[in-house]
Parts: sequence; C-alpha cells; structure tokens
Amino acid sequence: MIAPHFPVLQVVLPLLAAPIMVLLRSGRVAWVLATVVSWAALGIALSLLAQVADGSVVSYAIGSWPPPWGIEYRIDRVNAFLLVLVSLIASVVVVYSRASVAAEVPREQHYLFYTMYALCLAGLLGIAATGDGFNLFVFLEISSLSSYVLIALGRDRRALMASYQYLIMGTIGATFIVIGVGLLYLMTGTLNLADMASRLPQVTETRSVLAALAFLTVGISLKLALFPLHLWLPNAYAYAPSAVTAFLAATATKVSVYVLLRFYYSVFGESRVFSALPMGEILLVLSLGAMFIASTVAVFQHDLKRMFAYSSVAQIGYITLGVSLDSATGLTAGIVHLFNHALTKGALFLLLGSFALRLGAVKFENIGGIARVMPVTSFGIVLGGLSLIGIPGTVGFVSKWYLVLAAFDRGAWWLALLIVLSSLLALIYVWRFVEAAYFREPDETVAKLKEAPAEMLVPAWLMVGACIYFGLDTGLTVGGASQAAAELLRSGR
Amino acid sequence: MTPGATILLALAVPVAGAVLIALAHRSPNLRETITLATAGLLFLLVASLAPRVADGGRPALTLLEVMPGLALKFAVEPLGMLFALVASGLWIVNSLYSIGYMRGNEEAHQTRFYVCFAGALASTIGIAFSGNLLTLFVFYEALTLITYPLVTHHGTPEAVRAGRVYLGLLVGTSIAFLLVAIVWTWYVAGSIDFAPGGILRGKTSNAMMGVLLALFVFGIGKAAVMPVHRWLPAAMVAPTPVSALLHAVAVVKAGVFSVLKIVVYVFGVDAIAGLKSVDWLPFIAGFTIIAASIIALRSDNLKRRLAYSTVSQLSYVVLAAALLTPLSVIGAALHLAAHAFGKITLFFAAGAIYTAAHKTEVSQLDGIGRRMPWTMGAFAIGALSMIGLPPSAGFISKWYILQGAMASEQWNAVVIIAASTLLNAGYFLPIVYRAFLVAPPASEHHHHGEAPWTMVVALTFTALATVIMFFFPDVPLALARQLAEGR
Repeated sequence: MIAPHFPVLQVVLPLLAAPIMVLLRSGRVAWVLATVVSWAALGIALSLLAQVADGSVVSYAIGSWPPPWGIEYRIDRVNAFLLVLVSLIASVVVVYSRASVAAEVPREQHYLFYTMYALCLAGLLGIAATGDGFNLFVFLEISSLSSYVLIALGRDRRALMASYQYLIMGTIGATFIVIGVGLLYLMTGTLNLADMASRLPQVTETRSVLAALAFLTVGISLKLALFPLHLWLPNAYAYAPSAVTAFLAATATKVSVYVLLRFYYSVFGESRVFSALPMGEILLVLSLGAMFIASTVAVFQHDLKRMFAYSSVAQIGYITLGVSLDSATGLTAGIVHLFNHALTKGALFLLLGSFALRLGAVKFENIGGIARVMPVTSFGIVLGGLSLIGIPGTVGFVSKWYLVLAAFDRGAWWLALLIVLSSLLALIYVWRFVEAAYFREPDETVAKLKEAPAEMLVPAWLMVGACIYFGLDTGLTVGGASQAAAELLRSGR
Repeated sequence: MTPGATILLALAVPVAGAVLIALAHRSPNLRETITLATAGLLFLLVASLAPRVADGGRPALTLLEVMPGLALKFAVEPLGMLFALVASGLWIVNSLYSIGYMRGNEEAHQTRFYVCFAGALASTIGIAFSGNLLTLFVFYEALTLITYPLVTHHGTPEAVRAGRVYLGLLVGTSIAFLLVAIVWTWYVAGSIDFAPGGILRGKTSNAMMGVLLALFVFGIGKAAVMPVHRWLPAAMVAPTPVSALLHAVAVVKAGVFSVLKIVVYVFGVDAIAGLKSVDWLPFIAGFTIIAASIIALRSDNLKRRLAYSTVSQLSYVVLAAALLTPLSVIGAALHLAAHAFGKITLFFAAGAIYTAAHKTEVSQLDGIGRRMPWTMGAFAIGALSMIGLPPSAGFISKWYILQGAMASEQWNAVVIIAASTLLNAGYFLPIVYRAFLVAPPASEHHHHGEAPWTMVVALTFTALATVIMFFFPDVPLALARQLAEGR
C-alpha cells in the first residue's frame, strides 16, 4: 500500500521532520527524529535498489500528474545505488553525531543542527531521486543552503568565513546550473529529463544547447569541487563540525558527480559530450591537476582536517578521471571510486572527530604520541589512510585497479603510471600522521586524554570495517557500479 | 584433513598465534611458549603438504572472489613449498633465538615484536602458497606493512628515518610498478593465475615482454635489485632477530621468490628464452652482485656488511632466473634455501656478538673466537656457504647456477660468479681470521663468554643445517627439479 510511494517518501520524511524539529525546539527529540528518518530512508533506498536490480525503472508521478507535465521521480540502477550510499552514510553519521555535536555545537543550537541535517539529507536524496530538471535545482538549493548553515555551526569563528565563501561559490554554481536548465527548457520546451533527452537531437547543433552544456558543466563542477573550482572545500571541511564534515565529504560532492553523469549521459548523450566536444580531454587534464596538485598541497598542511580535505579534492579527481575516459571500464571505475571514497573519507573524518572531541583543533603539532592514549581511533585512521593509498585489502585498491585497467583499455599506459604515482603522494601524507601519532612523545595535554566514547567509535569503525569488507568482496560495489555504468551508456545512445 | 583445509590452517595458525600472543602480554613465559608452539604447529602443517607436492600433487584453495574473475587463490607448487618449508622451519629456530636476544638486551615492546613476527610469517606463507598474482600482491603488501613496526622497533629518530626508506621504497615500487604490471598482465593475458609454461606466450609483443619484465623486477623491491636495494641496509636498524629471519629469509626471499615464480609461471622460461628484449636482466643482476659485494667489502659495521652481502646474494637468484635454463632455475631454487640457512647463521652470530660483547664493528672482533668459539665456528660455516665452498649448501646452488650458465654458453655470467666468489671470500674470510688468529687487544678487560644458551643453540642448529643440506640435498633438489621441468 505504501510501497508504491517509496520514491518520494524517502525525500518527504526528512523534509517534514525538519519543521517539526523547529517547532519542538528540543535537541534530544530532534536527534531521535533525525535518526528515525535517516534509517527509514536507508530502508526505503535498499528496497528500491532491490526493485530496480533487474534493470527495470521505477517511475513515480507526483500528485498523479503524468510526466512530462508533472514532476516525475525516476529510479534506475544508477541513482538507486546512490540513494543507498547517501542514506547509509546519513544513518551512520547521525548515530555518531549525538556525542560529537554535544561537544562542538552550543546546546541551544542542537535542534537547529538536526533540522538542517534533515533538510540537507532531504535535498541530497531529492537530487538523486528526481527526474525533473527544475526540481533538481530546487533540491540542490535545499541541500546547499542547509549545508551553509551546518558549516557555520562550527565552533571555530573561521567557520563563518568558510561558510560564506562556500555560499558565494555555491550560489554561483547553482545559478549556472539553473541557467543551463533554463536554456535547455527554452530549446526543448520540457523540464522532464528523459523527455528532454528525447527532444534534444532535433536542436543539437544550436549554440544555446552548447551554452547550456557549458553552464551546467561549470556549475556542477563548482558543486563537486573539481579542480580548480575547489577553493571553497578545504575551509568548509576544516572548520565545519566534525559530523558535518564527514557527512558532506561522503555525500555532497558524490551527489554532484551523479548530477554531472546524469546530464552528460542521460540528457546530452555520450556521443555529443565526448565525441563532438573535447569534454573528455578537458576533464582528464583537470582530474590530473587535482590528483597531483591537491595531493601535493595536502602534504604540506598543518591541520589534519584540511589535509584530508585537500586529499578529497584529489580523490574527486580520480572519480572524474574515470568519467573522462569515456568507456564502460572508466565509468565503472569512477562510480566504484565514488562509493569507495565516500566510505574511506567518511571513516577518516568521523575518526578525526574523536580527536576534535578531545583536543579541539586537530593539528599535527598537537597530536604527538596520541596513538598511545587513543589507540582505537589512531589505528582506524591508519586503516583509512591505507585505503587512500590503495593497499590491497581495502576499497582504495579496488578503485585503483579499475582505474588502471581503464587506462590500459584506452591504450594510455602513461596514464596508468600517473595514476599510481599520484597515489604515492597519499603515502607521504598518511605517513606524516603515522609518524606524529606513533613515534613522537606525547606532551602533557595528550598524555591525559582518554579514548573517544563508544557511540562515536562504533559508527566510525563500522565505516572502517566497510572499507575493508568492500575491499575484499566487491560483488555489491563493482557489480552495482558496472550495472550503473552500463545503464548510463545505454541511456546516452 | 583435505589439502585445502591445511592451506587455510597454515594461514590461520600464525594469525591466531598473533592474537594469543597479544592476549598473553602479561606473562612473558606464556607469550613465548605460544610463539614456539605456533611456529612448531605451522611447520608441521606446511611439512604435511610436502609429500603430496613432491609426488606431483598441487593442493589448491580458492578463498573468495575479490573482483569478478579475480579470486584470492592458493596453489602449492614446488617452489612455494620449498620457500614455505624454509621460512616456517627457520621461524622455530629464530623464535628460540629471539627469546634469548630480546631478554638478553632487555628490549622494550616485546609483545608487539612477537605479534608482528607471527603476522609476518602468515604473510610469508600467503606469498609462498599464492595461486595468482593478486594473492601474491595482497600478501606482499601485508608483509611490508606488518614488518614496518619491527624495523622501527626502537622508535628512535634513526629508526623512523629508516622506516621511511623501508616503506617508501617497498610500497612505492610495488604500487608504482608491480601493480601496473599485474593489471597489464590481466589486461593482455586475461588471467593472472600462475600456470606451468607461463600465461603470456603470444599475448603481447616481444618488446612489451621486456617492459613488463622490467616492471615486475623493479616493482618487486624486496628482491633488492639495484637501484631499489636501499631499504635493506636501512632495515638493519631493527633488532637482530628481525634482520635474521625477515631481512635474510622471509622478506627478501619473498622478493626473489616472486621474481623466480613470475619468470617461471607467468612468462614461462621457454617463452622468453633468447628474446632480445629481456637480455638486460642478467646484466642488472650481475651489476648488483658485484657492486653490492664491493660495498660490503668496504663496510666496517658487521650488520651492514651482511646486508650488502644479502643484496649481492639475492641477485644470484635473479641472475639464475634470468639465465633461463632448466639447470640455472634449479640453482635459483636451491640458492633460495641455501642462502637462507647460511645468512641466518651469520646474522645469529652477529646478534650473539652484540648481546655478549656489545660489539658491532668488524674491526672490534680481534680474537673474539676464543671467547665465543661456538658462535664464531657457526659464523665460519655460514661464511663458507656465502662463498660457495664445500661442505656447505652454498656450494650446491652455485654449482647448478654455473652449470646452467656454461651449458647455455653465457660466459658473462660465469665471469660474474667467479669474480663475486673472490669478493665474497675477500669480505668474509678476514672476519674469521680476526676472530680466531689475531690476538685480542691488550686493553680489553671486558670479560664475556658466549651469548645466552638459546641463541647458541639456534645458531649451531642453522650452521648444522647448512652442512646437512650439502650432504643431503634430496628434498630441495627434488622440488627444484619439478620446478625446472615446468610442472
């Protein structure tokens, strides 16, 4: 009875929970509500994934207005995979956030935090689920605006500045996206993405469509922090509350990558974007820039959160690199890495949150010898770091394997070498942590620290465990990604 | 018990041992009993597979499918059998030695030491029994990571710096070259299983074969072919039992084992014999043999001298593999075992000298043989084996390598082996001479005897093994022959 409404329900639940939280003004109730809607969204996403696993598409007409006139929610194997990822991360982070937020956010703002958290989740799930261009923009704004607030809640005063910076850049991005969608609407007379795709061939050669592609590319690249449009990201990640950093790092940029894929493959079509235009080459160069330059910058950071933020920019480069190769293997590699990196960075930022809980600022000069007093957290960061490097047995290895394979597929052995060489930069910055945490003598502050509470360690280690598990059993991740890649390539024909 | 279950147990026993050792951290006696029991049990399990492999059986086990078509997979072939036998057998002796050394020198973090050691052995068995390149790679990286805490055991700035070189070179080369080589192999051959006769025949051009071989040889940093050998001398900062079992046996042998296995089972000896694109390898190996010997000759620090001797001896195996003849492949496999017995004896002796007399330099060893006759006697036997003189195991392996070189008329290799024999004599015999024939310095008042008895027992045993392998080389020889016949 309720199952047919699943595609919209997962978005509506957190969306409705938000005003209730504001009305009740209780941090504790808000947390319970946020937890319930996150887990409900996860359950719904899993059931949707099961429904579309055979390759079918679930189409849901909002208000029973049939598409293309009404808003359509359209779930296929591509976004079902993403919905599971986003709601899974949200469910884990929300459990973690209670203790972390209690320490990092003033008490009277707790209910506000969870309100924004629920709105952000609703926005991200909405972007993933919708099949309507304008609706997508609306949810993009919902998730963006709520994430500006979430970042600004950080206890460091620089969080305000970071949030403002992100607001400016994010708004430019969103404006570009709405201009792009508007141009497409102008040319095709429809906002439904599938409908748009079927009408585009008649107007392909016009300058307006080209302009739409350009606006969308730049706008989405801003949101997904593609090098060199990543400038908002390091500060935003560094100064946001720990739970927010983990949540955004694992979901927000990933959803933006999905939007890019959706427009490139399902709306414009692969041949138009990659064969007629040099988008592949442009993406390739920018991805390489991200992989090498952002990783190099990461090596020289003093603040661990900033360091891993720059690492995120680099890792996003791997995702877009896979996309730029424009092949089934490349796309699979990109999507697998999207999932794998979400797990890895989610785990790392959650664990850094344990340090933040005990220490405040997580800088290299403060964490000397911290592995002696917080061994569980420290070892988790080492495992997450190994995944960033791409050591076998972790998810990072699986990503790297497929990326290198995709490079060989294109006959680009030099690219294979560049991919592995850039991952060695990760070895350097991860080992900076190892040497600081394990080999330096703890100072007086560090020596008195205690390990983080279990309610933070368990969610964080669940993610670490997932990094290992999906590194050894890739049936779900590689299987899901290759199906999604096939679906995208098919839809672009 | 099925062979598959035995393989699984051989991997699980050291892991379980590591957990138990960690749990027993409050009681050193219990902890060390567990170490010895684990080592003994592991050797029994490995040895129980030997008769089957010697009869031509190939016990196999597929654990789980990591990626579509790519599984964690084990298959015991003669070379892996030999390597596993050597590593697990010497672990027992080494554990006995470690107890004496770690207690004698009052080392800190002993529990971590034994835990990592057990983990290192589990990884070594994984490498030895690996059935495809993916499995080899997984355990290869695991071995690097689990030995890192052993290298940096003392936690001094010097140890941390050495750890950087160790990890940077081993992980760096393996990810930058080995991983690329494995994916490339998978891409062109559609398989990464080890198979008799190789899997690359006819799959790619001859020139590409050469490039691929280079990626493998330099990607396997553990084989310490110059210029990726620097991690090995750096690793000498570790406690001596680590240098003895890991950096003379398990880790370095994992390197040359991988090279030999890849040449035999991925490329196929017949498939690349005579190819112009691979004939650079004997020269690189030959250069490493000579250059490392010269550095060893000039090193006064005993462990550093032994380390460069290891670099040189490892390239014997690479050279023998690169000669691409059945006889030299037999020699390569035998040298893997022969060098292990000889070099662990030498390191045991160096550690015993350090523990009993606190001496680390060759120039301090005048007359020490009078106080430590067992230790220096064993050292002399180990030195004979390094030089390749009877009655020691090193003679046999060198004999086969030389035969292979002569049979295929590769005279360069013959010259290199002859020259290096002289160099080996040049840096080992003076130590023996000093120890026994030079009078101790008159200024010395420090009275000491032999090291703790467990250490003396251990080094006597390995010295005996070096001699026994000379008189009774049947088991290693039978396994090596199977390897060379491409079974």
